[in-house]
Amino acid sequence: MTADLTASQNPFADGARAGGPSTPVPPLVVAGVTKTYATRGRHKSVVTAVDDVSLTVAPGAAIALVGASGSGKSTLAKMITGSVRPTRGSIRFGDTCVESLRAGGLREYHRRVQMVFQDPYGALNPLHTVEYTVSRPCQNFLGLSAAAARDRVYELLETVGLTPPQQFAAKLPHQLSGGQRQRVVIARALACEPDLIVADEPVSMLDVSMRAGILRLLARLREERGLSLLYITHDLLGARVVTDEILVLNQGRVVERGQTKHVLQHPQDEYTIKLLEAVATPYAAKESQPPR
Amino acid sequence: MALLEAKGVNVVYEPNRGQRIWSVRDVDLTLEQGEFVGLVGESGCGKSTLGFALTRMLRPPAHLEGGVIAFDGQDIATLEGEPLRRQRRNGFAIVLQSGMNALNPVRDIAHHFADIFKAHARDGEDLTARVLRGRGASLLESVQLDAEVLTRFPHELSGGMRQRVSIALALALKPRLIVFDEPTTALDVIVQGAVIKTIKNLQAENSFTAVLISHDLGVVLDATDRVMVMYAGRIVEDQPSSELLSGPHHPYTEALLGCYADPRAEDIHLGGIAGSPPDLSLPQAGCSFAARCSLAEDVCRTVDPELTVLGSGMAACHVRAREFNAERKVRP
Repeated sequence: MTADLTASQNPFADGARAGGPSTPVPPLVVAGVTKTYATRGRHKSVVTAVDDVSLTVAPGAAIALVGASGSGKSTLAKMITGSVRPTRGSIRFGDTCVESLRAGGLREYHRRVQMVFQDPYGALNPLHTVEYTVSRPCQNFLGLSAAAARDRVYELLETVGLTPPQQFAAKLPHQLSGGQRQRVVIARALACEPDLIVADEPVSMLDVSMRAGILRLLARLREERGLSLLYITHDLLGARVVTDEILVLNQGRVVERGQTKHVLQHPQDEYTIKLLEAVATPYAAKESQPPR
Repeated sequence: MALLEAKGVNVVYEPNRGQRIWSVRDVDLTLEQGEFVGLVGESGCGKSTLGFALTRMLRPPAHLEGGVIAFDGQDIATLEGEPLRRQRRNGFAIVLQSGMNALNPVRDIAHHFADIFKAHARDGEDLTARVLRGRGASLLESVQLDAEVLTRFPHELSGGMRQRVSIALALALKPRLIVFDEPTTALDVIVQGAVIKTIKNLQAENSFTAVLISHDLGVVLDATDRVMVMYAGRIVEDQPSSELLSGPHHPYTEALLGCYADPRAEDIHLGGIAGSPPDLSLPQAGCSFAARCSLAEDVCRTVDPELTVLGSGMAACHVRAREFNAERKVRP
């Protein structure tokens, strides 16, 4: 659907796309990445946020990074999106060596790798309409004219389930619910036709009743657009619904990895078991232990 | 006698002249001494507003409009000034959602405790630094924090620790009712589980009455004795927590339950609730859930259902009540 749309309706987009549908999308390869922070002040010490993590996101794959606060999930996401440089190790996306990118290269990289943030209340400028927010990446990265960008905004809003798009485009963030805002954030991330989306806890600030909708949207986008997805969460149910591979992080190290379903049904590591037990589902609370 | 008995509570927000939002509509509720009750619903359903109303914490533009809140036999809905403060001293307390924002960033934790003890001191009470420190330390101990935390500032504590400090502060004056307003929403799963467990243990030991407000039915069912489900400013269901899963229940509760699944299950079907809650600034005709309800009939769109007996509790649903009564007649 996306490929057609880009080719037929947005003639500008094709030229601007370096890794367009014709070029095969390369995998993202993270090799032995470590990030340490030195703390200052009275108690000087070195904190290892991410410790020797390797992973590969194949085109179209969805991988979950799971762990409690402080396990290094977000630091790893920041390194992958190029906003934090690793202390050791390398991150490669095709020919691109992410850790050595500078301004121009980083810009092109950001067109291909977009991020969805945790807090939909903080991720949108409260003074800008939905249309402005979503049209910026269309104009900046794809070089669309204002009129073409507007058409694209409407399509994107429809894709993320904000219909009628004309009505939502004119709204300001405070006129939207948390779930609707998160859909706008997702539309903005999709705007520049990225190959990989890094979603950092996209549903943890939302009501349970709205989570299901966002999770289904992510799963559908992946299927329809062939997007790769790196899904960072502590919500194991979300990981199960959206991804097929899972990495469990504890204190910066990968303690368990494998097929999502298999890992959740047969957890080996003590920490994974602890995470599973902490999940508050009404069913887990009342029923006997489900099959392990 | 019930510890708290509220009748006909209405809360209205008046953000602008002429604009009135009915956030809590005609709510009756009773809290027995020592009960642990959950209050569940989506954002904007009025659950926090109700919690604030019961503890008289509402600030403009919100205000109580009619209704009686009898706390221990005395109507607190109309109390103001010193008598209200006296009731607060050992009556009721509230734990706010974000421990981070509820604490003063430029004061250490010891100051927070001292502030409460001094503000509510009785005549001749010993308020020397040593005594205050000891009382603070023992409160921190009850929420599994080290006494050393007294010398720390809020920014030096983790989210879970800050939330524990907030709970310890609420416990300081040994209240008989504590309202916990989304105490774990900002925390990650493992810390959330530990904090809820602490609350549950404290409640069992000190036998205060607790109201746990949360949008997460999983958390609430796990911890409480009784759960009330709120929708669009109304309590639509009131059931013992142990019975809620077995049903029958309100279609809204059912939809909420459909949002959960066990991540370990073989196949997963995640429900969601289509549509959005009604605009509470407009008058509501009929059942406010009718527009999103799969069972809705003509009567649902015209007549607002009352809470009636359903299963082992109460629910406000025309269709479910009729089904339940029909079944009861067949098998009395």
